[in-house]
Amino acid sequence: MATDIWIILTASLVSTCCAILGCYLILRRMAMIGDAISHAVLPGIVLAFLFTGSRDSVTMLIGAGAVGIFTTFLIEFFNKQAKLQADAAIGVTFTWLFAIGVVLISVFAEQVDLDQDCVLYGELAYVPLDTIQIFSFTNEIPKASVVMFVILLSILLVVRLFGKQLLITSFDPAYASSIGIATTLWHYVLMSMVSATTVASFEAVGAILVVALLIVPAATAYLLTDDFRVMMKLSIALGIFASVLGYYLAYWLDGSIAAAIAIVCGIFFSIALVFSPAHGLVKKHKKIIMH
Amino acid sequence: MENVIDFFSFSDPNVRYVTLGIIFIMACAAMVGTFTFLTKKSLLGDAIAHAVLPGICVGFMLAGTKNPFVLIPAAFAFGWLSLLCIDFITNKSRIKEDTAIGLVLSLFFAIGIFLLTIIQKNGNANQSGLDHFLFGKAAALVMGDIIAFSIVALLLMLLTLLFFKEFTLISFDKNFAISSGVPVRALEILQTGMIVLTVVIGIQAVGVVLMAAVLITPAAVARYWTDNIKTMLAIALLTGVFSGIAGAYLSYSAPNMPTGPWIVIFISTLALLSFFLSPKKGIINKILKQKRYKRQIQDENVLKTLYQLGEKTNQFFLSQQEASISDKRFFAKNILSNSLHRLMRNGFVTKQKNAWQLTDAGKLRGQRLVKIHRLWELYLTTYANIAPDHVHEDADTIEHFLTPELEAALEQQLNFPEKDPHQTIIPYQ
Repeated sequence: MATDIWIILTASLVSTCCAILGCYLILRRMAMIGDAISHAVLPGIVLAFLFTGSRDSVTMLIGAGAVGIFTTFLIEFFNKQAKLQADAAIGVTFTWLFAIGVVLISVFAEQVDLDQDCVLYGELAYVPLDTIQIFSFTNEIPKASVVMFVILLSILLVVRLFGKQLLITSFDPAYASSIGIATTLWHYVLMSMVSATTVASFEAVGAILVVALLIVPAATAYLLTDDFRVMMKLSIALGIFASVLGYYLAYWLDGSIAAAIAIVCGIFFSIALVFSPAHGLVKKHKKIIMH
Repeated sequence: MENVIDFFSFSDPNVRYVTLGIIFIMACAAMVGTFTFLTKKSLLGDAIAHAVLPGICVGFMLAGTKNPFVLIPAAFAFGWLSLLCIDFITNKSRIKEDTAIGLVLSLFFAIGIFLLTIIQKNGNANQSGLDHFLFGKAAALVMGDIIAFSIVALLLMLLTLLFFKEFTLISFDKNFAISSGVPVRALEILQTGMIVLTVVIGIQAVGVVLMAAVLITPAAVARYWTDNIKTMLAIALLTGVFSGIAGAYLSYSAPNMPTGPWIVIFISTLALLSFFLSPKKGIINKILKQKRYKRQIQDENVLKTLYQLGEKTNQFFLSQQEASISDKRFFAKNILSNSLHRLMRNGFVTKQKNAWQLTDAGKLRGQRLVKIHRLWELYLTTYANIAPDHVHEDADTIEHFLTPELEAALEQQLNFPEKDPHQTIIPYQ
């Protein structure tokens, strides 16, 4: 298959994973926690790289996922135990872990094949270069696509099986615990999925652009509908659509593909903000005039 | 070692200027950041820091060089624009503030990265070093930058001192400030402008990603050591400057090391130490304090039980077996024995063979607890109209914490009653 198809496919896989998780993050008002996790997994990635010597291993996913959960735990710990105000607890924790990650990259520059800048915005264009042959009768497939596909399947499985628990704990944690759903457990399940997605998509889209994919399509869908199922489907569709358009925007202007995808997401958001039939500014304006 | 001497003698004029520039930037960020922290705008600081990146790129595209007189205003404009966007989205749509912050932050950053990659691929020779804005590289600061930044930093610090009173007021009691006619809106705009400007000059040293830490973390450190805002400002300043110098030194001795992350690691280490070790608010102290209270409550419960055992026979100084203490009120075996040994060391009980006996001091303390317990039960039934069978638990808690002043007030209020709601005698000394 042509390289551009692989790039678009991988980008779509990343944005689908992010769109699903983003819906829960927004409902839980945890957008900034998602941001914090995406930064904070960096030291986990570097350390896992040092130990395993490769970047696409289960060890790395588990190691970095653990760091992601550790981050959420630390933020809560500083907030509750040290009484540090919530915004500062997030800010202090993720900058600290991210700084450690960047320094580790510099210290082990020779052993770790990671670029400081790429950590921030990834490089989708390199995705088709690193391939793997899974079955003898198929062609070589980019590793990143395979990994993202597996992550997506796992997320879909969790959402399919435990969608109700995730949703109830997002909307009404008090009610959830009163009917015996372990709120904390589902909190950490969600956080580990966010961590795993961040880690897996790290090289493709980087630490900060993954945040755009997590938040922006879900926020756009949130402006368009009140039905959670519709919101999730819409945000997936928006993410995939942005991946395709973003690729061609980047191709046309010769810039970063991941950044272009994020920018297209931003354009979708702006349009929804103004014209959404349910909650857009135009609609609100009309309402005011009619009254 | 040679590096240390080279660096700290400041004989190399380049080192001298770079270090001076960093000191100014860090001092300014710490001062402005203290009020950012106090007004709970930490994450906004993070958003601004990410959002100035497209400004830098646009500035560069306009000027064709890294001219600070174009880059600074352009970066400032984008930083400010990002705040307007966050405000607009939060106020005009159903999107919540944290989502709006994350959204604007990542989108502005994406635009910045997109422009940066386009500039890099265009092969303009002047662009090299533009990526230093991502993680900061102090050594790349040139003389012109340093002079410009230092002037701006000094100005911002002067402004902070000039409006110190007003900023303090709006940080702690905005409503009071509004009602007393302080121009709160104007001050907030000024404060926001100062944050944006601080970020703009700071990103050369630490980069856009970690700028938030330079603003917030020194203030977070300071908050753990004082309740006085002036002292807090001073501690934040010292933390920032110290970490800045340490980061500059590392960047000097190992040129491959990015300055920003090292500065942030120094500040964060100080912050973690503060969170755990601060004598007033630290986590360790809190754990110790909890342990101390727990022990005190256990000890007092044992004394009370010994006193109550004495009450039965009206003989308070009889020896009691540990088993009979546990019969009266259940204690886990090792907890009881630990408590009794502690009480012995403090002179409240004595040990005779295998039995324990109250001393005079122990009897007095046990008696006081029993008295407060019963007075409180009576107080609750009399004044709070709580049924007599519901007051025991509450009294069991309060007896450990009631101060002598409140104890006296309680006695006065109830007029030294003889019996509690369960018709038990209240013992007075």
